[in-house]
Amino acid sequence: MAGLEDLYREIILDHYRSPRNRGALEVPPAVRSEGFNPLCGDEITVYLAVADGVVEDVKIEAQGCSISQSSASMLSMAVKGKPVDEVRDISRQFLAMMHTHESSLEGDDEQVAVDEKALGDLAALQGVVKFPPRIKCATLAWYTLGQGLDEAAGAAPT
Amino acid sequence: MSADHRICDPLDVATIKADFPILARQVHGRRLVYLDSAASSQKPRQVLDAMQDFSVTSYANVHRGVYSIAVEADEGFEAARDAVARFIGAPSSRSVVFTKNVTEAINLVAHSWGRSNLGAGDSILLTEMEHHANIVPWLMLAEEKGFEIRYLPVADDHTLDLTDLDRLIDGVKLVSVTAMSNVLGTLNPIERLAAAAHAAGALILVDAAQWVPHLPTDVVAWDADFVGFTGHKLLGPSGIGVLWAREELLEAMPAFLGGGAMIRDVRLDGWTPNEIPWKFEAGTPPITEAVGLHAAIDYLTGLGMEAVRKHEVALTGYALRTLNERFGDDITIHGPSEPAQRGGVLSLAFRDVHPHDLSQILDQHGVCVRAGHHCAKPLMRRLGVGATARASLYVYNDESDVDALADALEATSTFFG
Repeated sequence: MAGLEDLYREIILDHYRSPRNRGALEVPPAVRSEGFNPLCGDEITVYLAVADGVVEDVKIEAQGCSISQSSASMLSMAVKGKPVDEVRDISRQFLAMMHTHESSLEGDDEQVAVDEKALGDLAALQGVVKFPPRIKCATLAWYTLGQGLDEAAGAAPT
Repeated sequence: MSADHRICDPLDVATIKADFPILARQVHGRRLVYLDSAASSQKPRQVLDAMQDFSVTSYANVHRGVYSIAVEADEGFEAARDAVARFIGAPSSRSVVFTKNVTEAINLVAHSWGRSNLGAGDSILLTEMEHHANIVPWLMLAEEKGFEIRYLPVADDHTLDLTDLDRLIDGVKLVSVTAMSNVLGTLNPIERLAAAAHAAGALILVDAAQWVPHLPTDVVAWDADFVGFTGHKLLGPSGIGVLWAREELLEAMPAFLGGGAMIRDVRLDGWTPNEIPWKFEAGTPPITEAVGLHAAIDYLTGLGMEAVRKHEVALTGYALRTLNERFGDDITIHGPSEPAQRGGVLSLAFRDVHPHDLSQILDQHGVCVRAGHHCAKPLMRRLGVGATARASLYVYNDESDVDALADALEATSTFFG
């Protein structure tokens, strides 16, 4: 049985207490995407300033539990200043880590190899996988980021 | 806890606890402290045994067979209907319709009565403290029919604000209101609202999902027109709910779902409906669940619903005192402050620990509370919160469970100091 210390690592609580990159960006030129967790009421808004294929700035407005908030804060640090392709790769890695349990159950052979080094602080969220109801808390910001990237690419106007 | 804190309890909770097998299990090495009965209650051995015995001895489909066990199944199913009628003071069993749950009961009224009585230019009155099950069916129908939906607001003391009742109720065709809020525990003045509704020429639907399991119910004294509740919140199984309605309304209403049991005759070019209540029970109903619901009603009747209510008022008072004394400004308990005005539903804000984190940590102490918006997002917005942690009490809870909750709340400081 997983203990709470697997869930509430110090670095997670630090991001929860002191979330990074809080606020909003002017839209346009930035794009704005919103995510909701209908089960628990967590809400997040991700602002992305993308230029020349690079995420130049990111700001986040959110309310929710420690896991959703820290995940969003770590996301903002992990993607700021990175090329969009790299951001998408980090996102894939992170979501793969979160869905390890589910994909192994489904016998999915196409698992993305998780590079803990590339994920940096985000690897601390790995313990969330042991608490299935909380996985959606950790992934909310990332799915919302994906919508924002799509919108910035003009792929999915909302 | 010191002896002077003990409550005078009309229920013998130690004996009651022993009737509930699940309460003997441990979670994370701790005694299971179940404080989520507002979401779904646990089942006593008497209910589990009744369902098992029926399945072993008498199970068959209802309304169709002439062989012995089919007759027994019919009798068991209809005896459950009679028990429901007695339990809620219904004048006849014909006015008791079995549904899947209270959500389906409200949807039945919306689709049957609502679809044939509401149109453009009409209006209905709900409240800001409704469960989504008493909002969304009306929003869905309003999108189609174009009627107006009005809302009675929630006052700052978390009771219904009736200041503008006369204006809001004027001209409406239906008032649909919860008898007891699943978030605040607020008990609403159903008799007064029913009188106001009838004076305005409207009908009243009472969502009694949280009321029927916890307080004596008399649908005639309420002067209600429709009342819905569900089995799994009153010690019974999931999968069975009840719509009670005045007989003449059920007679006049068109059928809801089509299929078996709800017809008298079918031709290739048409059909005629069965009598009430079967007109509204298409397809094979929840048969074993009805037997379980009957056993649950017998169990609660054995305790006495007056005693159940007194127990909950006393225990809610104990919980409010204990939590406020131990945590002071660190805790906010939503809902009316007076136990007599509320049910045993305690929605909490604790320090700045998010309800999800709170519930997660409480689980490590064996304490089950629900975190989230409790299917009442408009009310959450009114309260200015995204979510709450909700502890809810029932017949098998006592002071030791409240104390376990308080101790577990203390433990949140390990991670959220």
